Amino acid sequence: MTSFASIDAFTTTPATVSRTNNLFGRLRGVNPGLVLAWLVIALVIAWAIAPQLFTSFNPVQGVPSEKLKAPTLIHILGTDALGRDLFARLVYGAAHSLTGAFVAVVVGLVAGTALGVIAGSTGGLVEEAAMRLVDVLLSIPGLLLMLSIIILLGFGTVNAAIAVGITSVASFARLSRSEVVRVRRSDYVEAAFGSGGTFLSVLWRHVLPNSLTSVLALAALQFGSAILAISTLGFLGYGAPPPTPEWGLLIAEGRNYISTAWWLTTAPGIVVVVVVLAANRISQSVGKGR
Amino acid sequence: MSRYIIGRIGQALLVLWVAFTAAFLLLQALPGDAILIKFQNPELGLGPDQIAALREAYGVDSPLWAQYLQALGNFLAGNFGYSVQGSVPVSQELLANLPATARLAGFGFSLAVLVALGLAFLATLAPFAWLRSAIQAIPSLFISVPVFWLGIMLIQTFSFRLKWISVINPGEWEGLILPVITLAVPISAPLAQILMRNIDEVSTQPFVAVARAKGASPGWVLWKHVAKNALLPTLTIAGILFGELLAGAVITETVFGLNGIGGLTERSVRFQDASVIQAVVVFSAACFVAVNLIVDLLYPVFDPRLRKAKGAAA
Repeated sequence: MTSFASIDAFTTTPATVSRTNNLFGRLRGVNPGLVLAWLVIALVIAWAIAPQLFTSFNPVQGVPSEKLKAPTLIHILGTDALGRDLFARLVYGAAHSLTGAFVAVVVGLVAGTALGVIAGSTGGLVEEAAMRLVDVLLSIPGLLLMLSIIILLGFGTVNAAIAVGITSVASFARLSRSEVVRVRRSDYVEAAFGSGGTFLSVLWRHVLPNSLTSVLALAALQFGSAILAISTLGFLGYGAPPPTPEWGLLIAEGRNYISTAWWLTTAPGIVVVVVVLAANRISQSVGKGR
Repeated sequence: MSRYIIGRIGQALLVLWVAFTAAFLLLQALPGDAILIKFQNPELGLGPDQIAALREAYGVDSPLWAQYLQALGNFLAGNFGYSVQGSVPVSQELLANLPATARLAGFGFSLAVLVALGLAFLATLAPFAWLRSAIQAIPSLFISVPVFWLGIMLIQTFSFRLKWISVINPGEWEGLILPVITLAVPISAPLAQILMRNIDEVSTQPFVAVARAKGASPGWVLWKHVAKNALLPTLTIAGILFGELLAGAVITETVFGLNGIGGLTERSVRFQDASVIQAVVVFSAACFVAVNLIVDLLYPVFDPRLRKAKGAAA
């Protein structure tokens, strides 16, 4: 989970550096919606790291006599058909949904950026081939691509995450290539080459750091859509297997009780919407921060 | 100009061919296979030699390159192979399911366009600043909603709570209302976002200031001067929207239990029916490429400025 923190550290830097350095000025520039978005993400990450701090109920073992109870003060979001506390399942499910989304973003970010940077910095035939590959990836609707990869890899949380990640390779590759091409033409990169920098050292010292901001904004955006995609795959039954409290699966299980127990589908869906909204809001601020 | 068209068509065909090859390689590398899933069931009472005969009939044991060449040849001839699960040719299954999905997608897309236009216009014309910014935030909310959850929520609200739309044996059109809304929401969001951005951009142009200075009302300026210029760039995301539409159909048809390409896709993933998946992938890639090609070729027709630039360059 430390990796979450490091990503957070990365994304905040550009936004804060552009503001004035004293604390007062920084506070004044802060947008309440953005703060709320960060709080939501922080809360969900806390759910994922230490779920037992937020609920005393067991997410997998239910109390049969307590089944299908509407929300009360004890079970704030009610219970499901096996008497499991829905809030506990949501809290414990955060780990699955967030790790899934995180793996997906890392797969897309690493593979896509590598492809884009190689294409953008070498040019010629390599670039042409890589970009045609990206065209093909883009021409297949995301969900279909995910489903094809899932039948190749098999069902499961990690496989679903990898499938989601592969679908985002194309957009990362496109963006990082255009950024690299843009940076490569700038004066300071020419100067770095002129003062004797080798290809790799210039790439590492100048091109990569300067292309990173917009790539990170895309990563935050993809984090939100990965949560959506993973919950969709979970809903269709291709993600984590049943006792797992994955958010999409929670909605799928609640679906059998929509006429009697509305809370079983409503609550997990709202959590997904709020988390995705927060991730998108953060992505927006990172994109503007540069 | 004709060289440009031929080049674009060649490029489109190349993308299609690579998509076909990729789908083929991907799905041939499957760990299990559809034939084993269907015929290994002990209730069918098939012996190993009968299964081997079936495998030979489906041609799954010949070398990869031979299968590839054969599949490619068959595809070009319009023969997409056999659906193992449905026991009918894939092309027949696609054709049987296409009308329902086309209808759903057609209505869904039309509603999405109307919603997007409505949102974009309201976001510019609504009376109060807070109302305008609230309307501007709606598309980002729409994007964040899981489509399957939206469908379930609609069923829950309108069928179970309000009992407006019956879930059991709804009429042909009644049963289409909720799926169309479900499908339209995720499609309308990117459209509305692009429209709003374009309206903002066009509104800063000098000719808009001139129209306003002459005393035109905001509605008149928007309709007569801004809308025309703001609508055009939305064409560029037509291909992406088509993909969204197909993905949306998979989820919508699953949630509402409708028959169509989406439901077919979902079933064939469940039973690892590779030939169906491959046909759907290549079919949707073909549609995507075709939509993009048409947009590229039509763009100069809609935008005379591009035509002029081309003429000057030639």
